[in-house]
Amino acid sequence: MSHHSMLRRQFLAGLGAAGSFVALSGTGRAELSMTKPLPPLEMDLHITRRKVRIAGHSGEGYCINGQMPGPVLRWQEGREVRIHVHNHMDEPTSLHWHGIRLSSDQDGVPGLSFAGIPAGGKFTYSFPVLQSGTYWYHSHMGHQESAGLYGALVVEPMGPSLLPKADRDHMILLSDWSDVSAEQIVDNLKMQDDYYNFRQRSLASLPEESRRAGGLGAALKSRLQWSHMRMSATDISDVSGVLYTYLMNGEAPSAGWSGLFQPGEQVCLHIINAAAMTLFDVRIPGLEMQVVEADGNPVVPVPVDEFRIGPGETYVVMVKPQKAQPYTIFAQSEDRTGYARGTLTPRYGLLGDVPPMDPRPVRGMVDMGMAMPMKGSMKGMAMPPVIQRTPADEIDDPGPPPLNVENQNVAASPIERVSSPGDGLEGISRRVLAYSDLVALRPPPDQRPPSREIILHLTGNMERYIWGFNGRKYSESGPIHLARGERVRFTIINDTMMEHPLHLHGLWSELENGADDQHRPLKHTVISQPGSRMSVLVTADAPGTWAYHCHLMYHMQTGMFREVVIS
Amino acid sequence: MKTGKSLPLILIGCFLATAAQAMDGMMITHSAPDNGRTMSPVGESDHNMSGMNMSDMGDMDMSDMEGMDMPGMKASSHPATLKAQTIGKPLSEKKPRIVHKAVDAPAPVVDIGHHMHAMDMGRWFHGVLDEFEGRYQAGGKSSLRWDGEAWYGGDYNRLWLKSEGTMTKGKVHDGDQELLYSRAISTYFNLQGGVRLDLDSRRTRAWGAFGVEGLALYQFEVQATGYFSDRGVAARFEGSYDILLTNRLILQPQVELNLYSRADPRRQIGSGLADIDTGLRLRYEVWRKMAPYVAVTYDSPLTQGRHMARKRGETASEARFTFGIRSWF
Repeated sequence: MSHHSMLRRQFLAGLGAAGSFVALSGTGRAELSMTKPLPPLEMDLHITRRKVRIAGHSGEGYCINGQMPGPVLRWQEGREVRIHVHNHMDEPTSLHWHGIRLSSDQDGVPGLSFAGIPAGGKFTYSFPVLQSGTYWYHSHMGHQESAGLYGALVVEPMGPSLLPKADRDHMILLSDWSDVSAEQIVDNLKMQDDYYNFRQRSLASLPEESRRAGGLGAALKSRLQWSHMRMSATDISDVSGVLYTYLMNGEAPSAGWSGLFQPGEQVCLHIINAAAMTLFDVRIPGLEMQVVEADGNPVVPVPVDEFRIGPGETYVVMVKPQKAQPYTIFAQSEDRTGYARGTLTPRYGLLGDVPPMDPRPVRGMVDMGMAMPMKGSMKGMAMPPVIQRTPADEIDDPGPPPLNVENQNVAASPIERVSSPGDGLEGISRRVLAYSDLVALRPPPDQRPPSREIILHLTGNMERYIWGFNGRKYSESGPIHLARGERVRFTIINDTMMEHPLHLHGLWSELENGADDQHRPLKHTVISQPGSRMSVLVTADAPGTWAYHCHLMYHMQTGMFREVVIS
Repeated sequence: MKTGKSLPLILIGCFLATAAQAMDGMMITHSAPDNGRTMSPVGESDHNMSGMNMSDMGDMDMSDMEGMDMPGMKASSHPATLKAQTIGKPLSEKKPRIVHKAVDAPAPVVDIGHHMHAMDMGRWFHGVLDEFEGRYQAGGKSSLRWDGEAWYGGDYNRLWLKSEGTMTKGKVHDGDQELLYSRAISTYFNLQGGVRLDLDSRRTRAWGAFGVEGLALYQFEVQATGYFSDRGVAARFEGSYDILLTNRLILQPQVELNLYSRADPRRQIGSGLADIDTGLRLRYEVWRKMAPYVAVTYDSPLTQGRHMARKRGETASEARFTFGIRSWF
């Protein structure tokens, strides 16, 4: 017991550090840096592995400076950082600075950027920080990230902040935790892809389905259609709340994390999805959220009730609670099998109600890339937007992916879905953020039209649990070559029936979401919706080898990964 | 004579293999040609394009055919061109060249310290004991039956072990052990080849084995294997289907049929459709890897085998109450 409570205390200490990070930003730093450059910011991070106990289950977890999640790192734009990472484990490790633009040998991807930090070894990351915003960092070695090796990262801007002034800041890091090892989870998925899905259509669910589908015939027809495709309409998340405990700042939802506010204060929430396999839908019943930053870049404030955040993404939202009452921060997993929970509260110990979870989404023909316009518009679905894209001179197109061992489906008619908040959030009464709502506050640095378009298909075979691009997994494909300085468009066609949060290391992905060329948002991670086509513009201004992958850990590890080589 | 009889079975095997691929490919149709036609003529103003296109093809690493096939088809998936067509931009609009080089270029990948390359090349070891059950009949014969398989390997190549048998009154019959190499050939099917040993209390036999296994349309689990030896040929078909009553309570009809080109009296096997072993199992997945079940099973020699059994004075067919445990690792 004493051991347990000790660990618990250490956790709380770590969270205290996270929680008590109160607005320090933008206080005359600009003048300072202009007069005399600050010395590099030095920090030591110690990585250890040990038994951690969450929600009554103990498992192996990774700690940074004794904490899981790791400490909140606070950097300053324009100032160099020197981070000494000490590996105290008997296995190699790495840290990757997610969303940070740096030289590729500091990016922390073992195999691509460097050789990793060996067992018992040390590595010093050293680079100037040239951006501001909310990011995060995590291990890029093996399965370490899915077992807790991550933390939040905030970079203060050099000049005045573009975000609205906040009276108080809170970091909110969402993750999924299991006492079952990641190796075991992948092993199970390889044998049985629906291992963690206990919400499949069954005889018991048939009456309910018939009611929704408007008749037994329609329900049976839909089932027949899916079983003909040998796929499952209920395949929302590969790993579900059956296994996972969803965490907010490392806290299980039973009591959850709490952050303080005073009524009338402007509270700034920095929300990070550090989960291995979970997309979260975040809302605070009773509070409107203003989305002011996406993936580290300020956007024109968007008032919403809810937003979806994919693994790897970061959002900053402002809330202004007026009443002296607790407000529950409710982050449901996309498949509605569980939630992470926290509370904004006027005093510790005061908790709000937990709302019931929404019905889980069910995949439809749109997700298969077989959109039927007639049916789609009836469901209250947003009309696919017309997005102006300047044509590139050259299109690098692999053509439709083959149906092979590694690919199960070809999206015959993929549609634009940037104006859709995502499966399960369409046509609900709450206002939910869609990518098309994001309007950048700063014009993107590169205004050139793309000279080249590269089409990438996201593919996979759920049955064999193999994922990839263009029907090939990572080990079977070479890198994508970009010329230094080149401006390219990546067109991403999702042939699978799942979301894939795609993360491009070291470069911004300028999302073509319908905003004009002065207002396209820069992102480091973009969710490609099932059956969709979307595009991002990328300026290849950072030479080196970069990773481009799905941030669902087990999709990445079973092949949805590519190298991008810029030279 | 032997070959005459074995040929059909081999053909069945081959048919199943190709059918598997065909089935996988059946569901998608493409409607590219229309867009392709608008793309393929040499552009009005893109006088520089046709030449460049050629040279691009030339200096690329495109020894494979894919680079050259049907530029029209590829064009179809380009939004910019589509837009240009539909909105009716002026004809002077540039037409993009279609190439195929950045993506999946077979260049060596960077791998400092060999961390990344093996990431998706894991090898796995799994086994499933679908049937491990007691079959009971009041006053009649009772037996213990097992049927399982295990495999080791990666996404494409696996070593596959199958084992089944029935023990009645301390004697094992219907013992069948197979060691196969398995190769993934399509989305849902594996091609398998190797050896089969009939290893039990009766006369031992050895066979060569060749077949397919996988997930057929509508999610039927199927296995079809042909066997050959100097004693003729044989074939086995196995199929099962999971009906989810709830997410843990699963009803599974299952059937296994065996065919032999020649009778084998020492193994009490008749020629033709030799026997059937079928069951209707209701299992409860306490957790995924452990599911106790109750079942009704029926096994019987058929056609000539049935006569042989009668001659021996055995009851030919039996439906029996059965319970067992399905488990896997």
